[in-house]
Amino acid sequence: MDGVNMSASFDADFVAQVQAASEQNLALCYQCGNCTAGCPYTFAYDIPVNQIMRLVQAGQKHKTLTCKSLWLCATCESCTTRCPNDIDVARIMDVLRHMARCEGHAPERAVKVFWDSFLESVRKHGRVFEAGLLAKYVARTGRVWTDFDLAPRIIPKGKLALKPHPVKGLQEMEKIFKRFEEQGGCL
Amino acid sequence: MRGHSFAYYPGCSGLGTSMEYDSSTRAVCKALFVELHDVPDWSCCGSSPAHTVDHVLSAALSARNLAKVESTGRETVITPCPSCLTNLRTAGHRMEKPEFRARVNSLLDTPCKGDVQAKSVLQILFEDVGLEMIAASVQKPLKGLKVAPYYGCIMNRPPEIMQFDDHENPMAMDRILAALGAEVVPFPLKVECCGASYGVARKDVVARLSSRLLDTAVSLGADVMATACPLCQMNLDLRQEQASQHSGRAYSMPVLYFTQLMGMALGVAEAELGFDKLCVSPARAFEAMAASTVANKQTERGSRV
Ligand code: SF4
Ligand code: SF4
Repeated sequence: MDGVNMSASFDADFVAQVQAASEQNLALCYQCGNCTAGCPYTFAYDIPVNQIMRLVQAGQKHKTLTCKSLWLCATCESCTTRCPNDIDVARIMDVLRHMARCEGHAPERAVKVFWDSFLESVRKHGRVFEAGLLAKYVARTGRVWTDFDLAPRIIPKGKLALKPHPVKGLQEMEKIFKRFEEQGGCL
Repeated sequence: MRGHSFAYYPGCSGLGTSMEYDSSTRAVCKALFVELHDVPDWSCCGSSPAHTVDHVLSAALSARNLAKVESTGRETVITPCPSCLTNLRTAGHRMEKPEFRARVNSLLDTPCKGDVQAKSVLQILFEDVGLEMIAASVQKPLKGLKVAPYYGCIMNRPPEIMQFDDHENPMAMDRILAALGAEVVPFPLKVECCGASYGVARKDVVARLSSRLLDTAVSLGADVMATACPLCQMNLDLRQEQASQHSGRAYSMPVLYFTQLMGMALGVAEAELGFDKLCVSPARAFEAMAASTVANKQTERGSRV
């Protein structure tokens, strides 16, 4: 981790917000490192999860919300399950990515595009339409389907439906998302 | 014989990439006198993308379905998919708080009370149907088939929410497979993550995590891996060659849903089990199993003479 001037950049509001939204007491973390030891994604993270906990305690909002790790956490619940202080670490990771999203940070852009395309598919059809989701993802990232090698394996299996299976209550679905936006939610 | 009856939430992947999990689940439940009633007009639970965006939105996507179950008067809904299960259970858990429930309901047309229980198909097969009944229903024992049971990361975690089996060393699938006559190897990475939904955006990550699981199953001499999760199955089976490229070791490990193996042992028609939907065919493993059964019978007969 690069050096940070703790006292100059301590953001008390940020600490309070994370605590309120996650309903967790961050002060309980004593840096035992259990969460990081069990985290299967540490190799891909720019900041390991225990250090993220430390950064939040220290009110380091910018450093925390701009890290890549938030976009790579798979919510595998290993950290939450193994924290000796019963801190729901995975929930804190979730809350941090909500905040990062609202502030416009997404250093792992492909991940965000994939998640966004997924939710748009849910909003539009009520159920995820896998082939449509992939098409949208490819169009947005400008990557030709990076899984091109998989096409000959999956297509003959008839497992990728070529048409969506929409729900009847499509308007209800749209209203869930619309109300969420009206209430100030960031999609 | 008293049967069971549950609301059933298939989950989106059941309509596509995990259609064989859905069809084998339905067939196995039928064979074990478990009635399934599809949740009327069920919609997506939002999976991971929803909870990474917002917890109220995520809960609302689940709660729309829980409210549908409430409208049918059923108390328990079951789902094969651990990701759907986590969302349904977490939504129910958080909605115990009236303030959270009110926020969720403010997004919905039909309010949700939040008192429907969600369980996995694995859980009800283990707890409600039970090993005794399963063992008694076996027609073709999986004798000689070495299976590595893989639960995935969130079937049992976090324990406060999932409330099922052990969170470090779950045994329900092990014991079901053993009741079917299979030889179950003690798989140490039962609850390790396979790479989840990062296959599309970060397949390097998935290749690394999945190859570790495949390596371990190979080193234990497993003939097949058994999974309970559509994402795990897809990462380990469809992406097996990507894992091979990453590790430099060629794998040919069949990765089946545990319900496919159950169906086979219970004598369910193959058409409903969807073995042809798997990328790595289990045919060789099954042939080896049949051969060893014949060999065993011959030795038995030989020793009797
Ligand atoms: S396991 Fe818990 S106490 Fe230990 S470092 Fe992680 S969050 Fe802190
Ligand atoms: S939930 Fe996220 S941070 Fe926690 S162990 Fe899993 S991947 Fe790592």
